[in-house]
Amino acid sequence: MAKVNIKIEGIPYRVEAGKTILEAAKSCGYEIPSLCAFNHGECNQGSCRVCLVEATGARGLVASCVYPVSEGLEIRISSPKAVLARKRSVELLLSNHNRNCQQCEKNGKCELLHVANVTGAEGNKYIGEHSEHYLDNLSSGLVRDTSKCILCGRCIARCSNAHGTGKVTTKYDPKYLRGSNAHGLGILGYENRGFKTFVSPAENRSFSESPCIQCGQCVNVCPTGALMEHSEIPKVDAAIAAGKHVVVQAAPAVRAALGEEFGYPIGTPVTGKMIAALRRLGFEKVYDVNFGADLTIMEEATELLGRLTNGGILPMITSCSPGWVSYAESDYVDLLPNLSTCKSPHQMQGAIIKSYWAEQHGYDPKDVFVVSVMPCTAKKQEKERKQLRVNGIPDVDAVITTRELARMIRRSGLMFDRLPDEDWDEDIMGDYSGAGVIFGVTGGVMEAALRTVYYKVTGEDCDRIEFTEVRGHKDGIREAVINIDGKDIRVACASGMRSARVLLDEIRDGVSKYHFIEIMGCPGGCINGGGQPYVRSWFLPNEEDDIYDIYRRKRAQALYTEDERQTVRQSHNNPQIIELYEQYLGEPNSHKAHELLHTSYAPREGFPDKSKYPVVVLGI
Amino acid sequence: MAKLQEHAVVQILKICDRYQDEKTPLMMILSDIQNEYGYIPLEVQEIVSQQTGISVAEIYGVVTFYSFFSMTPKGKNVIGVCMGTACYVKGAQQVIDRFQEVLKIQPGQTTPDGLFTLDALRCIGTCGIAPAVSINGKVYPKVSVSDVPDIVEAYRKEA
Repeated sequence: MAKVNIKIEGIPYRVEAGKTILEAAKSCGYEIPSLCAFNHGECNQGSCRVCLVEATGARGLVASCVYPVSEGLEIRISSPKAVLARKRSVELLLSNHNRNCQQCEKNGKCELLHVANVTGAEGNKYIGEHSEHYLDNLSSGLVRDTSKCILCGRCIARCSNAHGTGKVTTKYDPKYLRGSNAHGLGILGYENRGFKTFVSPAENRSFSESPCIQCGQCVNVCPTGALMEHSEIPKVDAAIAAGKHVVVQAAPAVRAALGEEFGYPIGTPVTGKMIAALRRLGFEKVYDVNFGADLTIMEEATELLGRLTNGGILPMITSCSPGWVSYAESDYVDLLPNLSTCKSPHQMQGAIIKSYWAEQHGYDPKDVFVVSVMPCTAKKQEKERKQLRVNGIPDVDAVITTRELARMIRRSGLMFDRLPDEDWDEDIMGDYSGAGVIFGVTGGVMEAALRTVYYKVTGEDCDRIEFTEVRGHKDGIREAVINIDGKDIRVACASGMRSARVLLDEIRDGVSKYHFIEIMGCPGGCINGGGQPYVRSWFLPNEEDDIYDIYRRKRAQALYTEDERQTVRQSHNNPQIIELYEQYLGEPNSHKAHELLHTSYAPREGFPDKSKYPVVVLGI
Repeated sequence: MAKLQEHAVVQILKICDRYQDEKTPLMMILSDIQNEYGYIPLEVQEIVSQQTGISVAEIYGVVTFYSFFSMTPKGKNVIGVCMGTACYVKGAQQVIDRFQEVLKIQPGQTTPDGLFTLDALRCIGTCGIAPAVSINGKVYPKVSVSDVPDIVEAYRKEA
């Protein structure tokens, strides 16, 4: 890489050519206050004007996040002019912000407040007109409050990077349009212009009346509280207060990230303390969703084997990610028969809690309240699906995210690091295998399922499947070939709808060579879900420099380590799973299993008739 | 969502195909659709999205950014009153007020019979003949308040 000589505050440095001032300064040990810039230029439009510095040869001040370094460039970050300009920029942003910080759940993690502190900006320096703002709390997963939005564009960039259309792979075809379902994701965009600009799905619709899959990636990158998960803490409180039998179940990805909220380095599994905390928060039983994951594997592996041997519809596609399911229902309606009919693990486990578990304890299912702790905002919308009810009773009653759990723990006064390490409740459904743990990582569901398929066909156990990157799809698509009893089973996994679309279009065009495909809604899988703790270098000061590059890998590693630690690493070897089938379900894919553990899908209109739904209203 | 008629879909696909080789075809496609149909409803934006790979949100953003594009059907005759500085000084406000009275609509709206749409325009570059009014591209110079009813009447008769 070519290098250039620059000076910062008169001190000479050699930095990589082509970098922006912001990145170059960082390599020299300066963190210029900035707001809209994110993740090495994922969002870089110089819109917020917070990172202004003086640079030789430039007219006036330059936005360091977009201005490239060049030979001989002299930069002043601390000149009075630059310092004042940054302060003013933040003050102007604050003048059109609702500044209701005490009531904002983002407080403590808010980047606007952070740069206000750093630059010394005053909140009410400029008192003026506010632009009209909107509050969308109509969807079950996400809340959009434009009164807090600073129009930085990060959410728009993330939404289209993760899921965006990019290259057109399929042209319009009336066969697939099905009314009006033709769209790539890239749900969020700027609407109107000038002072009236705001960020929203087209037509200022609610997330629930747009093709949005409610994955929550936009929430992860929002610097303020403009995009948040729809909190269900009040629902949980109410259920506990009402004296219901409140059972909690936590997903694998939660333990890999919850510690970050309490000062642990990224990738520290905090399983034991999390269980202790949940017990002290008033939950009657604390279960691991991994049991549900093992159950999913039993059902899914059996289904796959059935399709392989009986000439069923292939490739089979996993159905654990509710974001992906909702995308399939709007954009790939013709591929719905390819989806596994298995419910996702927490829904399966919820159904078992409200049937088998309730029976064993002598409880009326109506008095049982199941709370899932998930790394995911889409799960909030998933649990509302009418296909996920048994006899009208929902499998799961409330879904809280990893962040919401952290909030509940903080609110309770529990000192997280002083909690003892406790174990899951182990009656009936506490045991789990390593296969269940890795569900949280892209490729994990498939690997877990293949371990069981392998056993069912060959009678031997298989521990690890090596995946290789599909060339040309960095960070996107991986594939593997596994030889089971002389037959090659080809599998692939993709995360994020952008890479998923490549595999899906192959199926549509009839050229897919795979038997089994795993799709996750969020890039990197559940560990990077929309409900996971925020990752920002300024409140995680003890992490390495390139925190955005490493955190996913570190969280994933936490799960793989736990998998390797488990003595039972295949779902079919989990003794309690074996018992559940013997005592209650019979065998995988039995009639009873279908009733409780399988579901169905229905086409969804991307932009349904607006007149039939409540509209997003002006905020107060 | 209302279904589009088949011939309209075919026409929109044709428009999209015209600009297949352009690097940034969106503005041209939208302009052609606006000219052809007088408006660009969401259903049409969805088809453009599928054809070009640009997300509906972005297309919607462009449509709402430029006042030239409209999401609701425009009238048969589009009356644009220039509100640029010169026209404003010469009394354009009174002229547009009179149009509002005669047509009983606000700027940006269309009469219920679909005959007229009233728009307030930024400077149209004819300051020498201020205040200017542009109807379907034809420019009326030095329009006075008392001219307004006659102008409207002439177009009513034509219909």
